[in-house]
Amino acid sequence: TMKRFRRHGTESQRDRLKQELFQFTKTVEHGFPHQPSALGYSSSLQLMAIGTRSGAIKLYGAPGVEFMGLHDENAAVTQVFFMPHQVELVTLLDDNSLHMWTLQSHKGLSELLEIGRFLLTGPPGYTDISVTRVTAVLTHSSGELLLLGTEGGHVFIVEVPGFRELEEMNISLDQITSCVPDDYIGRRNLEHVEALQENPVNSNQVAIGYGRGLMVIWDLDHRCAIRHIPATQQLESMWWTEDGSCILSSHNDGSYCCWTLRTGDEREEEEKSNVPYGHFPCKAINKIVQLPTAGGPPFLLFSGGMPRASYGDRHCITVIYSKTQVAFDFTSRIIDFFVTRDGPQHTVFGEPSALVVLVEEELVVIDLQTEGWPVIQTPYLVPLHSSAITCSHHVSAIPLKLWERIIAAGVVQNTQYSKKPWPITGGQNLAPDPPQRDLLLTGHEDGTVRFWDASGVCLYPLYKLSTAAVFSADADLNDNMSQGAEGEWPPFRKVGCFDPYSDDPRLGIQKIHLCKYSGYLTVAGTAGQILMLELNDEAAEQTVEAKIVDLLQGQEGFRWKGHTQLDVREEPVLFPPGFQPFTVVQCQPPAVVTALSLHSEWKLVAFGTSHGFGVYDYLQKNNVLVKCTLNPSDQLAMEGPLSRVKSIKKSLRQSFRRIRRSRVSLRKHHISNTNKIQEANARLEAEQAEMEMAPVQRKIEARSSDDSFTGLVRTLYFADTFLSDSSHNTPSLWAGTNGGTVFAYILYIPPVEHRADEALTAQPAKEIQLMHRAPVVGIVVLDGHGAPLPEPLETAHDLARSPDLLGSHHVLVISEEQFKVFTLPKLSSKMKLKLTAVDGSRVRRVGVAWFGSSRTEDYGESGLVFLTNQGDVHVLSLPHIKMQIRYPCIRREDVSGIASCVFTKQGQGFYLMSPSEFERFSLSTRYLVEPRCLVEAPLP
Amino acid sequence: MNRSFNKSQPLRHTDCDAVEVKSKYGAEFRRFSVNRVKPGKFEEFYKLILHIHRLANIEVMIGYADTHGDFLPINNDENFSKAVDSAHPLLRVFVQRREEVDYTTFGTNTLTRKKKAVVTLRNSDINRKRPRVPIGMPQDFRPVSSIIDVDILPESHRRVRLYRHGSDKPLGFYIRDGTSVRVTSHGLEKVFGIFISRMVPGGLAESTGLLAVNDEVLEVNGIEVTGKSLDQVTDMMIANSHNLIVTVKPVNQRNNVVRSSRISGSSGQSSDSSGSISNPSLSVASAREATSVAHHNYHDDLESDEDTDIVIENSLKRPSLRSNASLASNASRTHHISLSHQLHRDLNLNNPALRHSNGSLHKILSSLKTDPRHSLALPKGGVEEDGTVITL
Repeated sequence: TMKRFRRHGTESQRDRLKQELFQFTKTVEHGFPHQPSALGYSSSLQLMAIGTRSGAIKLYGAPGVEFMGLHDENAAVTQVFFMPHQVELVTLLDDNSLHMWTLQSHKGLSELLEIGRFLLTGPPGYTDISVTRVTAVLTHSSGELLLLGTEGGHVFIVEVPGFRELEEMNISLDQITSCVPDDYIGRRNLEHVEALQENPVNSNQVAIGYGRGLMVIWDLDHRCAIRHIPATQQLESMWWTEDGSCILSSHNDGSYCCWTLRTGDEREEEEKSNVPYGHFPCKAINKIVQLPTAGGPPFLLFSGGMPRASYGDRHCITVIYSKTQVAFDFTSRIIDFFVTRDGPQHTVFGEPSALVVLVEEELVVIDLQTEGWPVIQTPYLVPLHSSAITCSHHVSAIPLKLWERIIAAGVVQNTQYSKKPWPITGGQNLAPDPPQRDLLLTGHEDGTVRFWDASGVCLYPLYKLSTAAVFSADADLNDNMSQGAEGEWPPFRKVGCFDPYSDDPRLGIQKIHLCKYSGYLTVAGTAGQILMLELNDEAAEQTVEAKIVDLLQGQEGFRWKGHTQLDVREEPVLFPPGFQPFTVVQCQPPAVVTALSLHSEWKLVAFGTSHGFGVYDYLQKNNVLVKCTLNPSDQLAMEGPLSRVKSIKKSLRQSFRRIRRSRVSLRKHHISNTNKIQEANARLEAEQAEMEMAPVQRKIEARSSDDSFTGLVRTLYFADTFLSDSSHNTPSLWAGTNGGTVFAYILYIPPVEHRADEALTAQPAKEIQLMHRAPVVGIVVLDGHGAPLPEPLETAHDLARSPDLLGSHHVLVISEEQFKVFTLPKLSSKMKLKLTAVDGSRVRRVGVAWFGSSRTEDYGESGLVFLTNQGDVHVLSLPHIKMQIRYPCIRREDVSGIASCVFTKQGQGFYLMSPSEFERFSLSTRYLVEPRCLVEAPLP
Repeated sequence: MNRSFNKSQPLRHTDCDAVEVKSKYGAEFRRFSVNRVKPGKFEEFYKLILHIHRLANIEVMIGYADTHGDFLPINNDENFSKAVDSAHPLLRVFVQRREEVDYTTFGTNTLTRKKKAVVTLRNSDINRKRPRVPIGMPQDFRPVSSIIDVDILPESHRRVRLYRHGSDKPLGFYIRDGTSVRVTSHGLEKVFGIFISRMVPGGLAESTGLLAVNDEVLEVNGIEVTGKSLDQVTDMMIANSHNLIVTVKPVNQRNNVVRSSRISGSSGQSSDSSGSISNPSLSVASAREATSVAHHNYHDDLESDEDTDIVIENSLKRPSLRSNASLASNASRTHHISLSHQLHRDLNLNNPALRHSNGSLHKILSSLKTDPRHSLALPKGGVEEDGTVITL
């Protein structure tokens, strides 16, 4: 029993250590929220709020100041309003529920909390649901009242906080209709409440705009209608000018009107009805805003109103100031917009400074005070998916020198942006400076690689590399989205960077490897291209050398039916400062590159496809090794993606474009929208029911060597280790395939003085066929201390990281199903851990990370981090491959999220929670990047 | 004649190297012994059998009853050696004229079915109408499947092991999602489950007859599938495909192995006490339990054998896919040999338990009656008509 007790003691000790080392937290969401559906802004707090269709609410202020909340209801946020001069905000959801949120201070930091929810019931007697369906919300400047306009045409008044219905104050439709002038043609049916506005100079007066067009000014104190504005066009929006003298109304026929409210005059005068893009029928003006300037004419801004036939598919906001008029043309649907103001404490009466537009796929901010109205670069909410992300690569602890060079290269690219500072400045960012500089590189479908500063809460774009210039493009250059000619009407100006339409999918980036010590970068793409790039601070005109590598090695009876290889430009190309390509290796057949590894010390790059793998010496510009892994009977892998499929894809792309050009900008209407969602839900349910009728079945069969794509190379790894005998370490290359085979080669690399002229050789040394034949997804050599080998050049830059070359090395082979440790050089099996056989999950992503103890600065250990197809993250101890922790991280249905996951060397990770957002998480107790910010209530 | 075959009086024999053989041809019995350590070659044994039964100029087929009650053939050195090795203590040999042999009687749990199964088939015509599956003489006879852990499982469940042995035969079945009704604390509840949806003709799963479409899958290699998705269960099965053990709730509950209530109550008794109990069935229960306990070790050993990866050193010659493949198949072949050794060892392990019941082995064997579905040639329709029951 003594022994048992001791054993228990060590286990609890280990448990305690685990708690000091590991902790799972989802820390921050980077990028642009998926499917935004509502926008709100508080000029007093200088905070912006974005609601999404999935019920999330996100607040943004100064860079680094951000908050996130999620409604329990799985319903879209349709409207967001800040309570004037308070830290509260109100959200209206698609299910007609209202929610009150607040920013509560706790230990010097603010938290976004939901403090109340409310479902409008109306007074007894109202039974029709439409009566209480909220269509318009006004947060009264008193901060105590909410006015809720409904589909039934009533306005209900609710006291906040606490959501108490003030029945006696309600403005019923009957009260309104009874006093509508008899000559008003629409008096029989005013329709729903479309808009509610408060008189900026008299908070007792509110304007109620009805769908039919009628606007009524109501006195809240006397509970009576003061005036009627008898517009007859379907109403879209209303704006009460700041001096209280006019109401602007916008209508669904593309017109707007300005109604002057002359004191003492009973009849309102329609000063002018204006159809800005007139003559032919126009689309609705969805929202109109007019803002005064101190010494000049006012700014007029409105969304929509485009001529229906010729530009009905454009998403435009028109800004008119004095004689200048620009129709800002966005690439996706406009959700909403607001204008920030300058002046003392950003009061509502300051000068208009910037137009902030939320469109479906990005946030665009336009500087209204600089000549030419340039765009201000956004420090957050950057659309990661401006072209679809195809892969990502994280590099921790970038040396300062490289960091500065990358930033410098990026600055040159961003000259078109406004120099004005970011106009949304609310809250204080209290997060400590990030401990190190981290880069996240994303590869995109259009052949670009984007470099992001991933050190802190704001994922900030640093630099963009385009690989398309290397290849002669056959893309159609008649880009119809280009700037309009002089004098074009409407005066379009294209803004925003969201452009998901790639002309040549072969350019897509599939793998990236950056050496942070040498500044060498290799990227590989869809058409078997591997580019070697070097960082250059100057622009340079150079010819890119192309090298074709035949991975089939004389395999007969083969016809590649996939895409053709890219044509490399033969003439010199002028490359801007930044990463400049000097060599491109092209695999033949031009299948997608599935594995890539760079060893900058040896100056070698290894690459693999579904046909085999190779090693290229980028110093001598020679192939060192080519190995075909293709099973000769594997027709599927041989032929590649069918050309027929490709043409379907191409035509799909074209038709998407057509749709985009001709898409009718559907006004999101409260009523029709909910109906549509209900219809869609019903359809989905029906589909699900149908699926249940014919359940999917899965074949149970052992893997065989004849399965398709067994030769596909999944992982490549360079290691300086003991492959031939236990006393001499040599450079080696390891490759793992889909069929569970591991190939190991000894590399002979000449001494430095002969490196440029002496031949390099690769000699096959070992081969492991895993009996379970599951795909090999990772290979790691562990040194004599059981620590993973350092990166190339790491030892040269950090003396503390030299590997132990005296003890015996081990190789850890990670397949989708299990982890196995083999001794080196004998390759006898030493340890294994089964995953799939036990719980049915499979390894999808894997990485090595270092975990520091939260208790003692000097203790830490390496761990193997992996993500399974069930969406769970695990940490295994090294070298003993024992399960340490396991946390659910991603929904298992979210296949693309799981596939997109990358781990950092400090135990953090990123995955795409939507096409446009990275979720950042941490498994480490020591490395957490999360927002820490404070928002204080404005002074009364 | 070879020295290893001794005509002797085995009952009085004290030599522990000798294995008592009881050979039956028609109604005639012969008793003799063979050397356990050096049983000799099959050829010699065959000649001995012919000699002992005074058979001349006829071809015979020799079979034996193994400890599980299976009727297995002796037709080569390997299975002869196995037969001798697994005899504890008695090797029961059956000799038939080759032209009279009904090959369908070979196989797992087939021996004891012989007499009664045909009788219990109400409509034996079906038997004749259905074309018989012609089965050749297996050269290297080994089990393809077995029912295990009978006494630790509820009667409505069945645990089936599929032996793949690296053969080319596909496992050959499909699974699907579905719902089943369970008794829970809240009463009857509809729960999601995994079911066998399809059998591939000629596949291992079909050929065993132990699994059927719409059987509910409860466990994979001892791990419950409750709460796991179809894909997870698929991956678990594939990951365990070298030695797949599936626990199912057969859709046809009428063919289940049913134990008498007496037995199920006392199956937890240790084999030590069974010696003093006269009821032979009890000792069988304990023996079977011992088997099921031993199964876990067996499982692990088998697994580690199956799991041996192939490492090829190519310090000199260039590797080619071909050499690789042939190496692989060689390795898997040697593998089976070691596997069968493994099997022997484990059976030996079980023997102390079985020995308690040695006197009544025959009785036990003949009293065990199992699911007729086990037999390939039996017409399915006829079987399903007829729920047979093991009574001990």
